[in-house]
Amino acid sequence: MSATSSATPNYNFDIVKKFAFMAVVWGLVGMSAGVVIAAQLVWPELNFDTPWFTYSRLRPLHTNAVIFAFGGCALFATSYWVVQRTCQVRLFSDKIANFTFWGWQAVIVSAIITLPLGMTSSKEYAELEWPIDVLIALVWIAYAIVFFGTIVKRATSHIYVANWFYGGFILTVACLHIGNSMAIPVSLTKSYSIYAGAVDAMMQWWYGHNAVGFFLTAGFLGMMYYFVPKQAGRPVYSYRLSVVHFWALISLYIWAGPHHLHYTALPDWTQSLGMVMSIVLFVPSWGGMINGIMTLSGAWHKLRTDPILRFMIVSLSFYGMSTFEGPMMAIKSVNALSHYTDWTVGHVHSGALGWVAMISIGSLYHLIPRAFGKEKMYSVKLINVHFWLATIGVVLYIVAMWISGVMQGMMWRSVNADGTLTYSFVEVVAATYPYHTIRWIGGLCVVTGMIIMLYNTIKTIRSKDAAKAEVPAQSAQATA
Amino acid sequence: MDYGTYRGIYTIIMLLVFAGIIWWAYSKHSKKRFDKAANSIFEEDELKESRKKERSAQDNEQQAHKD
Repeated sequence: MSATSSATPNYNFDIVKKFAFMAVVWGLVGMSAGVVIAAQLVWPELNFDTPWFTYSRLRPLHTNAVIFAFGGCALFATSYWVVQRTCQVRLFSDKIANFTFWGWQAVIVSAIITLPLGMTSSKEYAELEWPIDVLIALVWIAYAIVFFGTIVKRATSHIYVANWFYGGFILTVACLHIGNSMAIPVSLTKSYSIYAGAVDAMMQWWYGHNAVGFFLTAGFLGMMYYFVPKQAGRPVYSYRLSVVHFWALISLYIWAGPHHLHYTALPDWTQSLGMVMSIVLFVPSWGGMINGIMTLSGAWHKLRTDPILRFMIVSLSFYGMSTFEGPMMAIKSVNALSHYTDWTVGHVHSGALGWVAMISIGSLYHLIPRAFGKEKMYSVKLINVHFWLATIGVVLYIVAMWISGVMQGMMWRSVNADGTLTYSFVEVVAATYPYHTIRWIGGLCVVTGMIIMLYNTIKTIRSKDAAKAEVPAQSAQATA
Repeated sequence: MDYGTYRGIYTIIMLLVFAGIIWWAYSKHSKKRFDKAANSIFEEDELKESRKKERSAQDNEQQAHKD
């Protein structure tokens, strides 16, 4: 380790290690919460007749844990890693970076405590009450200071494209979070949004969809632009395309929010604008996806032997799939069928489990051994097992939700000749049982994969330092 | 200027800005710089490799001296 670190600038890997490890832990926790609530939809008794374990309280816990705890820690870890290596300088401030770690963990722990207790602002993906929102804002501003401070003091002339995506993500999420969380507190645990009616709904989905666009997309595209070329051992397919990709993506995403509010009190023109912008968004999304996948052109054989690369390429395939599905679902007439059904849930998970989780897992498998000074992960075989569990799990999940969702949509809109509804609501619920069971099994596969990842990670961290072991081997050779 | 006209002009400006970005990204002038940037993430590996070679060369030398 000492030999390699002298060859590179004195980077702060400590913060990367902490965030990377916690990403794996929170990934397991958040996805397990998902499996629990999936089971509750099949066996409702699993709330044990307590208010704390009801679906309505655990569901926001699941979404917050996977998006902000797992995704967030993965983004912190990779962005701190990428910005140091591509700028070839140490982080701007170790102390502020450390504050982002402990602050973020405090946010997560307070979410785990307050959400089951029923403290919620009731805004989707922004449920946490105002004191926690204040802490999030502080941590986020600190994050921006560390990240952009590092960019400012960089030793390289060019700012590598991954940093543009990370930077766009950090800046926009700050605006989104502070904008949408504006509220008037009435007590320590309760506040009311300063926005009212349709304006509140529009603010919420401006935030909500850009949480998808910037938190769950731009940030992870930053990951893609560094880790896919690194793992493939070849530069990105087209750097020019990546530049156009960045500007097109960030300028379009911000407009797509209204597609969450089709056929509501939102003005009609706003709905149509949101729909059109969502459809146009298909172009930069696929531009980026092709750019990522084509990075492997001429090196496809690596997929056969490298499960980490497989994670990354499959994640991009899911990204392509969900960014085709998304614009399609944003079309009003399609939305009339799909909205409020399981189809939406399936779509979200093809993006979240297929794209976001898989690119993070791939990047973490690349990063963890390097950050901890090991040659490679403890077991490559287990990475491969994880890959198949994750892939099969996601496919089971989304296929089940597609069938269930389209079925729900069709049953809800079906009317008899006399204009009455053909099916009662509970008949539709009963019809979804088998698909919800398959979804639960899919989720179980994904969680099993995460358990294996955690085991593999702990074994890697605890393994005898491979980098150190390299040196005696060399000298042994020399004496021979 | 009424709101509609302002929005029309704004749209044209945004379109031109976007066309400008594409023109800039795909111009010959940027190609070299971008190629360099795309390969910049591998610089650290080359650095490591060359240090490793240096190191092993030194080791060999030291070994030779010992002999």
